[in-house]
Amino acid sequence: MAIVFQKPKTLTDATLHYCPGCTHGIIHTLVAQAIEELGIEGKTIGVAPVGCAVMAYNYFTCDMVEAAHGRAPAVATGLKRALPDNIVFTYQGDGDLAAIGTAETVHSATRGENITVIFVNNAIYGMTGGQMAPTSLPGQITQTTPYGRDTATAGYPVRICEMLSTLDGVAYAERVSVDSVPNIRKARAAIKKAFENQVNKKGFSIVEVLSSCPTNWGLTPVEALDWLRENMIPYYPLGVYKDKTGGDK
Amino acid sequence: MRHVRDHVPGLCNSSGKVVNILAERVLMKGNEALAEAAIKSGCRHFFGYPITPQTEVAAYMAKRMPKIGGTYLQAESEIAAINMVLGAASAGVRAMTSSSSPGISLKTEGISYIAGSDLPCLIINVQRGGPGLGGIQPSQADYWQATRATGHGDFHILVFAPSTIQEMVDLVYTAYDKADEYRMPAMILADGMLGQMMEPVEFPEREADHLIEKPWATTGHQNKRPHNIVNSLYLDPNELEQKVRERFQRYEIIKEKEPMAEEYLVEDAQIVLVSFGATSRIVKSAVNTARSMGIKAGMIRPITLWPFPEKVIQKAAETASSFLSVEMNMGQMVDDVRLAVNGKKPVYFFGRTGGIIPSPAEVLAQIQKIMGGAK
Repeated sequence: MAIVFQKPKTLTDATLHYCPGCTHGIIHTLVAQAIEELGIEGKTIGVAPVGCAVMAYNYFTCDMVEAAHGRAPAVATGLKRALPDNIVFTYQGDGDLAAIGTAETVHSATRGENITVIFVNNAIYGMTGGQMAPTSLPGQITQTTPYGRDTATAGYPVRICEMLSTLDGVAYAERVSVDSVPNIRKARAAIKKAFENQVNKKGFSIVEVLSSCPTNWGLTPVEALDWLRENMIPYYPLGVYKDKTGGDK
Repeated sequence: MRHVRDHVPGLCNSSGKVVNILAERVLMKGNEALAEAAIKSGCRHFFGYPITPQTEVAAYMAKRMPKIGGTYLQAESEIAAINMVLGAASAGVRAMTSSSSPGISLKTEGISYIAGSDLPCLIINVQRGGPGLGGIQPSQADYWQATRATGHGDFHILVFAPSTIQEMVDLVYTAYDKADEYRMPAMILADGMLGQMMEPVEFPEREADHLIEKPWATTGHQNKRPHNIVNSLYLDPNELEQKVRERFQRYEIIKEKEPMAEEYLVEDAQIVLVSFGATSRIVKSAVNTARSMGIKAGMIRPITLWPFPEKVIQKAAETASSFLSVEMNMGQMVDDVRLAVNGKKPVYFFGRTGGIIPSPAEVLAQIQKIMGGAK
């Protein structure tokens, strides 16, 4: 029988701890596929965040380092400066990358660190049980915005790709989504390109992946993907925000 | 940096040019000597953030690292700098950061993670007055922080307290070696006085093979070994307790093998002064004056603050009649002196704080007060 799909060899056999319907599993697979296809597993070091993906070090077969909340880009900087010929990536959520780790994100970007950042934006703090994230939408109900995010008191969501694309140090910034098969294909290409950029020493690459959180959004997995499409994509338009890599995009 | 001679071997001259012969005595500022000693120890990755009075450490690294293929990186914050150290240490290299008191407070998160991940590194604290923004003059008010609370959780770091520029250099070598050996962070606890003063110093050459293997490092497995994971998260309480207990078993070995102290005229001393770092130089002077006046004074100078050299103090408690801890703070190390003396003899304290350096006359007056009429 012909094999049409199999788990990438760059994912371990550990059972993922993510909730049913969560799209972290898809994004893990896309990252693992990129590492496998580029043949870089042996020289790749991943940096796990604090958040739902805190145990990502158990899932990727490459060497892994667990960072403090928000500090993954700083840890990645230290690794990359010590091992400039290796491949270093971070895998971070919205609270990690766009709230507590904003300084580390912005400054690793503006320094043009030759690293790859996978930014999973699901508009909520998942691991701690559904609090408002820096990327929660206006009016979004969360545990800490029980009446909906009021922009008068809680401010507005942060658009990371737009913000980082203004920095000279950024080589590549693209926002993708994993809400549908066509979008997953685009996400797969973007993530691979973000790793290829590093192999080719192009500099700082970030892929923001719009992701769903059925558990904390209080929706079924299918409803959650609909919510992502109807609410998140209009606020966070998909596309390439910056590409100075001279690639074929 | 100024030199005894115009051309000094193996170091940077004032215009940043590296001249290249081996160890001779040079006149050097403490902060710059710290930096050069780290380089001599094999450090090629420095991550820092500007703060007074440690500025020259970073400035020296910025000048020197590009010339020797190393990394000098000015981070966006103290927090980022210590986490860059965590990343570089994970890769197995000798990494370093340097700061002064308020900056160390910011680094405590990262120090806890480094300790919890069993990573070696070197942290410099050139202390200034606190709390808060405090001041920029010399202080020893971070003793508690260095020995008890460099971050959350059950852990220790190695803490070395030099009293001369030469000892700073020597202890940087030791700190890196011990940090690697025991897989834990090491700190040089200096102060603004040691950082800013100049003294003649030599840099002993290290043997070529002084760096040990680090098979645990995340260097990329090259498809030749299972993946390495550097981590401090253990959600199972039994597993976490086991990890912490393993670390504390290592600490027991360190407490047995690694304490360092200088003993000065302790054998027949009736009053033993206890003092560390720059303060001990003033205390030694007061001890000499007291001796010339017929008072049997001596001094114990802890060189490692953790592990604290408690056995040296315990031994002195058998013969001395009292102890006086002299510090540039409101009385911090005196806690450890009291624990070691364990009620056997009275333990007194004298200190100045806020950036004020005690004078030999002030210390002598305290000795005379305690010794009563004794002359």
